Amino acid sequence: MDLSTTYLGLNLPHPIMPGASPMVDHLDLVKRLEDAGAAAITMHSLFEEQITREQLGMVYHMELLDHGSSEALSYFPQAGEFRLGPYQYLEQIRLVKQTVTLPVIASLNGTTSEGWLEYAKLIQQAGADALELNVYHVAADSRETGAAVERRVVDIVRALKESVALPIAVKLSPFYSSVSHLAAQLDALGVEGLVLFNRFYQPDFDLQELAVTANLSLSTSNDLLLRLRWLAVLFGRVKATLAVTGGVHTPADALKAVMAGAGGVQVVSSLLKNGPEHIKSLVDGMRAWLEEHEYDSLKQALGSMSLERSPNPAAFERANYMKVLAAYQMQIG
Amino acid sequence: MTREHITIDGNEAVASVAHRTNEVIAIYPITPSSNMGEWADEWSAKGMKNIWGTVPQVTEMQSEGGASGAVHGALQAGALTTTFTASQGLLLMIPNMFKIAGELTSFCMHVSARTVATHALSIFGDHSDVMACRQTGFAMLASGSVQEAHDFAAIAQLATLRSRVPFLHFFDGFRTSHEVAKIVSISDDELLQLLPNDLIAAHRNRALTPDRPLLRGTAQNPDAFFQAREACNRFYTECPSHVDAAMAQFKAIVGRSYGLAEYVGHPEADRVIVVMGTGAEVTHEAVEWLNAGGAKVGVLKLRLYRPFPLDHFIKALPSTVKAIAVLDRTKEPGALGEPLYLDVVTALREAKDSGQTAFAADPKVIGGRYGLSSKEFTPTMVKAVFDELAKPAPKNHFTIGIMDDVTHLSLPYDADLDIEPDEVRRCVFFGLGADGTVGANKNSIKIIGEETENHAQGYFVYDSKKAGAITISHLRFGPRQIRSSYLVKQAAFVACHQYEFMDKYDVLGYAAPGGVFLLNSPFSAGEIWDQLAREVQQEILDKKLSFYVIDAFAVASDTGMGTRINTVMQTCFFAISGVLPRDEAIAQIKKSIEKTYGKRGPDVVRKNFAAVDQTLANLHQVKVPAAATATRALPPIVSDAAPDFVKRVTAVMLANKGDLLPVSAFPVDGTWPTATAQWEKRNIAQDIPVWDPAICIQCNKCAMVCPHAAIRAKVYESDLLKGAPETFKGVDFKGNEFKGLKYTIQIAPEDCTGCTLCAVVCPAKDKANPKHKSLDMHPQRPLRDTERENYAFFLGLPEVDRTKIKMDLKGVQFLQPLFEYSGACVGCGETPYVKLLTQLFGDRTVVANATGCSSIYGGNLPTTPYAVDANGRGPAWSNSLFEDNAEFGVGYRLAFDKHAEQAHELLKVLGAGLGDTLVDGLLTADQSTEAGIAEQRARVAALVDKLRAVDSLQARRLEKLADYLVRKSVWIVGGDGWAYDIGYGGLDHVMAMGRDVNILVLDTEVYSNTGGQASKATPIGASARFAMAGKATGKKDLGMMAMAYGNVYVAHVAFGAKDVQTVKAFQEAEAYPGTSIIIAYSHCIAHGYDMAKGLDQQKLAVDTGYWPLFRFDPRRAATGESPLVLDSPAPKLDLAKYTGNEMRFRVVEQMDPARFKMLSQQAQEQVARRVSLYEQLAKMAFPVTKA
Repeated sequence: MDLSTTYLGLNLPHPIMPGASPMVDHLDLVKRLEDAGAAAITMHSLFEEQITREQLGMVYHMELLDHGSSEALSYFPQAGEFRLGPYQYLEQIRLVKQTVTLPVIASLNGTTSEGWLEYAKLIQQAGADALELNVYHVAADSRETGAAVERRVVDIVRALKESVALPIAVKLSPFYSSVSHLAAQLDALGVEGLVLFNRFYQPDFDLQELAVTANLSLSTSNDLLLRLRWLAVLFGRVKATLAVTGGVHTPADALKAVMAGAGGVQVVSSLLKNGPEHIKSLVDGMRAWLEEHEYDSLKQALGSMSLERSPNPAAFERANYMKVLAAYQMQIG
Repeated sequence: MTREHITIDGNEAVASVAHRTNEVIAIYPITPSSNMGEWADEWSAKGMKNIWGTVPQVTEMQSEGGASGAVHGALQAGALTTTFTASQGLLLMIPNMFKIAGELTSFCMHVSARTVATHALSIFGDHSDVMACRQTGFAMLASGSVQEAHDFAAIAQLATLRSRVPFLHFFDGFRTSHEVAKIVSISDDELLQLLPNDLIAAHRNRALTPDRPLLRGTAQNPDAFFQAREACNRFYTECPSHVDAAMAQFKAIVGRSYGLAEYVGHPEADRVIVVMGTGAEVTHEAVEWLNAGGAKVGVLKLRLYRPFPLDHFIKALPSTVKAIAVLDRTKEPGALGEPLYLDVVTALREAKDSGQTAFAADPKVIGGRYGLSSKEFTPTMVKAVFDELAKPAPKNHFTIGIMDDVTHLSLPYDADLDIEPDEVRRCVFFGLGADGTVGANKNSIKIIGEETENHAQGYFVYDSKKAGAITISHLRFGPRQIRSSYLVKQAAFVACHQYEFMDKYDVLGYAAPGGVFLLNSPFSAGEIWDQLAREVQQEILDKKLSFYVIDAFAVASDTGMGTRINTVMQTCFFAISGVLPRDEAIAQIKKSIEKTYGKRGPDVVRKNFAAVDQTLANLHQVKVPAAATATRALPPIVSDAAPDFVKRVTAVMLANKGDLLPVSAFPVDGTWPTATAQWEKRNIAQDIPVWDPAICIQCNKCAMVCPHAAIRAKVYESDLLKGAPETFKGVDFKGNEFKGLKYTIQIAPEDCTGCTLCAVVCPAKDKANPKHKSLDMHPQRPLRDTERENYAFFLGLPEVDRTKIKMDLKGVQFLQPLFEYSGACVGCGETPYVKLLTQLFGDRTVVANATGCSSIYGGNLPTTPYAVDANGRGPAWSNSLFEDNAEFGVGYRLAFDKHAEQAHELLKVLGAGLGDTLVDGLLTADQSTEAGIAEQRARVAALVDKLRAVDSLQARRLEKLADYLVRKSVWIVGGDGWAYDIGYGGLDHVMAMGRDVNILVLDTEVYSNTGGQASKATPIGASARFAMAGKATGKKDLGMMAMAYGNVYVAHVAFGAKDVQTVKAFQEAEAYPGTSIIIAYSHCIAHGYDMAKGLDQQKLAVDTGYWPLFRFDPRRAATGESPLVLDSPAPKLDLAKYTGNEMRFRVVEQMDPARFKMLSQQAQEQVARRVSLYEQLAKMAFPVTKA
């Protein structure tokens, strides 16, 4: 069964790849991912503000103590060279490239236009095969309009497309007032991929301490449904290839995503739960299902359930809501 | 040949030569020489090679004794070896120095000469340390400037190889070691030419090797020793000529010319001063000025002091000389005179006797002392000495630079005389340690020194405090070589980088008439005039100063620089001082920012550039009115309520005018009153905590964690609230133990340093608005006056009765802290332990304090933090040395036990006459509780009362010893440098002795006081000085070593993680009738993170298993239980959660990620092993011996 697919201009044997996660920090895990048959490796995000904060923090903490008293003119030896900033990230890209033969998709989260551009160029130099932009932005400022929030993304992508040659994917969140419009704008700029959707870290509360805590919960197959809808909506309407991230746990989930239009399927939670080897079972499961159902190839299924081609397109739009709600009422009634 | 000009300090200038011309360097940190070792370590860590192409091996030892031993060994094994030290460190090297000299070993050590501790410790410069080595057989070469120190390091290296006599090259601590100056550097090629291979080969040939076996270090007997000792004589006779030859060779290769005894001045001088070190440069300057005015005077700069170059010395003196003054920078009480004086007198006599002199008449010789502990020595003092020499009967054994109104030895001098020429541009800057002023000035000197033809000099005066320390920078720039080794008196440019200083110090006293004054002020150019005190306004008018202001903190904050105002103030300096053309200066600043911060990332550079640009837009000249308008005068330095001594002496020192105090103002033996920190109101906090009693749960944790005892808790009768200030807060106490009483948490607004630890630890959150806690930080300035009044009222409330307090965590915070307002760092992690100790046992404690941070914040003048209670009792405190603290403390115990034993004996003798009940009570008192101690005190009072009526010698003796019947608590306090390293031998012996002493190790895991050098307590993977690449070995488990004794009480505590356990451990340790040791985790600025997070890091240290909490009580073994009780649960988190937050670990990761990963892994394994070992020990059962 031919499971091959194209994502970000990369020809992949199948669509399953690990999504951005800390797994790539460990080369042994990276190797296991390759052995399990991953189609590509996605790096975790390089966060610009983390780097600048580190640079400033270093100067602050080291210099604050300088010349404070006659006995201690400073507290830290002055190293000739600090490998500050993106060094470690770039080094990791190089190491991952050395460890595996798979395409490596780097991921970047910037906060300033200088940061986006500078780091993107460095990532390109480090040998990444593609770059995923992680536009993690919580629009909490009431003075910023929806249009401005979108413009923020568009401006960054435009600048990046002008300065780096790498294929670029944009990982979006579902919290734009018009995902389709934004996708169309990005598509017009020539992005090679769109990844749906970022799962934001959700704040949680510690009732005892009355404190906000950071919480990371793994996805479930339920999270997939939101993605299916928007993959289905966008498929065929944009030139960019689509990828899904969030909620793929089983071969059936993966097939659904492909049928909705995803050329790439990123998995994280299910790998964290089941280990890198889970990739193989996903791929095997897809293959088995497609064989059993006598598909020619995976390409035959790609986008088959999209809005364009779906037997009941209304299900993706407003009508779906009414139908489900009606069914629900019937159950309780 | 063009030579490279560099702008560096004396330590770096010396280290640069020493590192390039040696193979093995064994070191130990001591101020002011530490930096030499640090440079060497840093260069070796970076792979910098010596002139023969190999990277010198730099090794830190456990003490200077250890370093000198390692040096001796390396020399015996044929390596070119060096070391750097000073003061007490040098004293510890003396035994090896005798050996090294006796073995005629080529070796050159470098000493930044520093005062030896006598009546007090001093980190500053004089020759008392090197003069203590003059009998060792070392040659001694003195340099008097940064350039000379650089050059003499090379000359001494050559001279020792030529002569085989080991060399002690010394230069003035701080004045030269820390002065930044523009010098011409010696290149590698020049050094290579200077040090010929055949001499190095000869050194190697003398080495011990099994291939050519030899024996050294024999024991010799009366038949042989004397003659064998005399066998070295010719080496000493020839040594001066070798130095002469070395200097000649140096001149031929490097171009600069020096002599062993160099005369400068009038060829027919009638008066000459003989002096060494920077004093010679100052005298040189004064001589030129005096001769220009028609005098006939000269200076003999003695460079080679040992072996004394008699011929050179006599030849250098003009035959016309009639009177000679010999200046010694040391004091030898009881001697006929100081060493150089004695040498000169002897030299003249010997020369005369052997017919070498050509004097018309025998010159008169007088000797004098100057410059002890870096006391200023200036041209006006030189003039005073020459004036004295001109008198028919000049005063011998004089002092210069102080006012001796007791023995009247001091010479008067004209304090206003300033001989500096206008061509030298002088600038003075007042700043705070943490605001970057000194760094910016060093940078400016570099710019001016290296980018222009000007000579440049910078010297920096620091205050003794660790938090909110004042720094005064003295800068000079001029077209000629600068010999002015003294502070600037009159500056054309004066800058005050901290507005608060204007009310505290005489900043404008440094301003020359017509000069420029720059003030960093929160007030604008329009507002500032009205804010200044009348005296300040008048001085601006009188001196016709051009006055500029900038709000540097606003500019720094707006441009993302935080509180670092260095770039802003440096830009101002260049903009208005006129030292360089403005545009050129700005371009240079930017260039240097690029150079300094380029490697730290573009964002840092961008922010600094923005700060430079914003500065120019925000710098404004003040329109100075025609007359002073202020009605406000400068506030008094200390309150009128202060004791006389504080007003008379301490206040003068606080105002930075201690130099003016005469000899009579001082105690004769270094004994000072305690409880003086309370009179120094420092007002250094921007924000202070404000208490909301409505939501307070009255846990007293805030008082527990405060490093400065600036937030306190009390309970008191409600009627005492009568007459309380309006804003004073008191609420009902919530617990049962003091039902019906009122409760107050009070802040000391002027003593708080704003560290926020209390607000961080406060667990009481407003339920409707959890952002608000019972303690929130608010700006200090608007609260200052009301809270000052409230605090005064609070202090006036009676202290809680110690006998009624439940001694749990909450209760002990009602005990009065007898350690308050120290100069420790903002957020210090050590002082909460010291404070707790004084709360629990302070009224019967004597502290033996090892040298280090705790001795500096504990005993550095002008004010000290140990306090007294209402009965006049409180901790007595002393610091002996760094290395002997455990022994020093055990000495207290031996004496107290002896006193108590004698008191017991006398009680028994006098028994019947005193009443059996009383005597019996005194002899068998249970003093395990506060109540028991109070009762015993009452008995002692009754005893003393009764003794008055007894007319016997024994009664008189018992009167003096009676107080020792109350149990005294001996605390031996020090840091990890002492306990793990230099003092470990003594500590180990004291633990083995088993006497009832309590040892508190304030473990910051690094030498904090001297600037973060690695100790054996430094953890694996942490970067520290002398372990720059990350320490490769694990932290020594001192707790385990102490437990191994089996009869020592051992506790491992971290108050930020489990305060209850800390309090319990202190109580158990003190109650334990043998030796106790508490190893206390102390967060420290040297760990590299915001100290407001200190408590969080303590928790992480415990939660990751890095710092297990335990108590080991040997008494439990008797019941079959394991003595060890673990007070922290099994590790919950990875070690990385802890290490990731601290710069000391992060820098290693950033320098070498692979190495860091490897070290981290080992660290995690070590934690797991250690915890596992402890867990198994805690489960152990012991056989119980049945009686």
